Amino acid sequence: MLTYLAKRLTALLPTLLIASFIVFIFIHLIPGDPIYVLLGDQATPEQVEALRREMGLDQPILVQYALWLGRVVQGDLGTSIFFDAPVLSVILDGAETSVLLASITMVWIVVFGVPIGIISATRQGTWVDQLFSGGAMFFASVPTFWLGLYLILVFAAGLGWMPSSGYPSIFEEGGLANLRYLVLPSLALAAPNAALIVRLTRASMLDVAREDYVRTALAKGISPNRVVLKHVFRNALLAVVSAFGFTFVALVSEAVVTETVFSLPGIGRLVVQSILRRDYPVIQGVMLVIVMLYLCINLLVDLAYRWLDPRVRLT
Amino acid sequence: MRSTLVFWLKPFLARRISLFGLCVLAVIVLAALLAPWIAPYDPLSYDPIARLSPPGPEHLFGTDHYGRDTFSRVVYGARLALLIGLGVVGVALTFGVPIGIVSALFPRVGLVLMRGVDVLMAFPALLLALGLIVILGRGIENAILAVGVVYLTTTVRIVYGVSLKLREEVFVEAAVSLGAGALRIIFRHILPNLVSPLLVQASFVFAFAQLQAASLDFLGLGAPPEIPSWGNALSESRIYITRAPWLLIFPGMMIVLTAFSLNLVGDALRDRLDPRFRDTFASGKKG
Repeated sequence: MLTYLAKRLTALLPTLLIASFIVFIFIHLIPGDPIYVLLGDQATPEQVEALRREMGLDQPILVQYALWLGRVVQGDLGTSIFFDAPVLSVILDGAETSVLLASITMVWIVVFGVPIGIISATRQGTWVDQLFSGGAMFFASVPTFWLGLYLILVFAAGLGWMPSSGYPSIFEEGGLANLRYLVLPSLALAAPNAALIVRLTRASMLDVAREDYVRTALAKGISPNRVVLKHVFRNALLAVVSAFGFTFVALVSEAVVTETVFSLPGIGRLVVQSILRRDYPVIQGVMLVIVMLYLCINLLVDLAYRWLDPRVRLT
Repeated sequence: MRSTLVFWLKPFLARRISLFGLCVLAVIVLAALLAPWIAPYDPLSYDPIARLSPPGPEHLFGTDHYGRDTFSRVVYGARLALLIGLGVVGVALTFGVPIGIVSALFPRVGLVLMRGVDVLMAFPALLLALGLIVILGRGIENAILAVGVVYLTTTVRIVYGVSLKLREEVFVEAAVSLGAGALRIIFRHILPNLVSPLLVQASFVFAFAQLQAASLDFLGLGAPPEIPSWGNALSESRIYITRAPWLLIFPGMMIVLTAFSLNLVGDALRDRLDPRFRDTFASGKKG
């Protein structure tokens, strides 16, 4: 396992470098002098001169990149123009909301997505399957922000069961009860992604059901329910696990919109506000953090896959 | 000719829901083409007296906070939806197909290109699109380009995968041994075999493009606000939804119906074209 991990980490390095280079070059592609892009129009000549020296703008682009990477490795992602604070601390301020939102959403996805996919597959072709498959395709076609607005209209404005916007930290007054602020946003965010997991679970279950070992198990007289659980589901789960990296990216994407709809103080809304405020260092910082997180999650998914499937371990 | 038509229509006729998808798409295309004749009002004309009127005989889908007719705006919105869909599919195919084929046929170039594609795939779709909008500026063309780049990556992956398999096929080997050049191989043997998977991919990209473009509009970073688009309609009306829920229902329903129909059509086409799914489809029908 350790050798495999070392191999994977080595393979990850070039991807990490290219991804970080794309994020680095982002500032240089925005029309205008990168110094003013990073400092805003109100920058003083002293600030401009200091940053020009720090970034090494008279040096070749690769040297500039190396200098930037050196600062990033030390946790220096630059300074937010709007907040006049380190980008890393601005991102960390939004992290609690986003991490909790993503975690609760993942719970919904697993709780709804996987079982519905299994039921759909085991009842292939029946009205139950058609209902669930049709429903899954419908929810996969629903824009998250529209569903979010609908949930606000019905459950917040209409029935008054849930708060419609904002999120006070669980470390503030109210404690864990503040999590109710995340129920509607997480449901809106989960629906399209759970729909994809339903489709994936169903498809991979049906794929595995055609395997010889399933026929053998059935021929041996093992009860169909046991075969579904022990052989089909366990193997189909592999495809579902490997989709979690992809689900994470989709979640981050849609969280940008969901957090805006529900006015949640998370990283997604921070991106949108930073774009509108032209706070480019924050956009760059968030991009970098998310891409790094994605690559780490993909690595974890690969490791989990290897651990779950002995066939992969042997090859 | 007739047998080709039957081949394409069969999955739609066998599954009513797919036929429904095809019909909805046809209605949307007609609405886009005939918008000036179908829409009863100018989508941009203000009528302060009729502000936030509920749906009724005069305004079928009600009016918005400027008194603009929602039905007319929804009908005109179909034009932008189609333009975005076609544009995004166009960008994804124009750049995705050559990159995929070249990567498969020339492994050394492919190693570099595919690594680049892998890296781009590590960026969440909307974040990548937003980043490109920041660089390019707001506007319809830029939204198309930004969303197109996002789906270019998945298109490249599909083209690359299929081309790799085709490269090993006997008929390609035979063509090579007969002295066929790279261009001949690409145009005579690879491209024709890519049509089917690309058709399926195009319908899904078209569907996702609707959702992404609507999200950009909603965030105020897509089409300019004066252009009637479904996403803009939802973005503008969000503060009125409790007083005027119809502003939420109709434009949103159009986005859902378009994406849903495209997904249904994509699924039906895949059943028809992918031999693996064709078998499933046949056995499902028997059952």
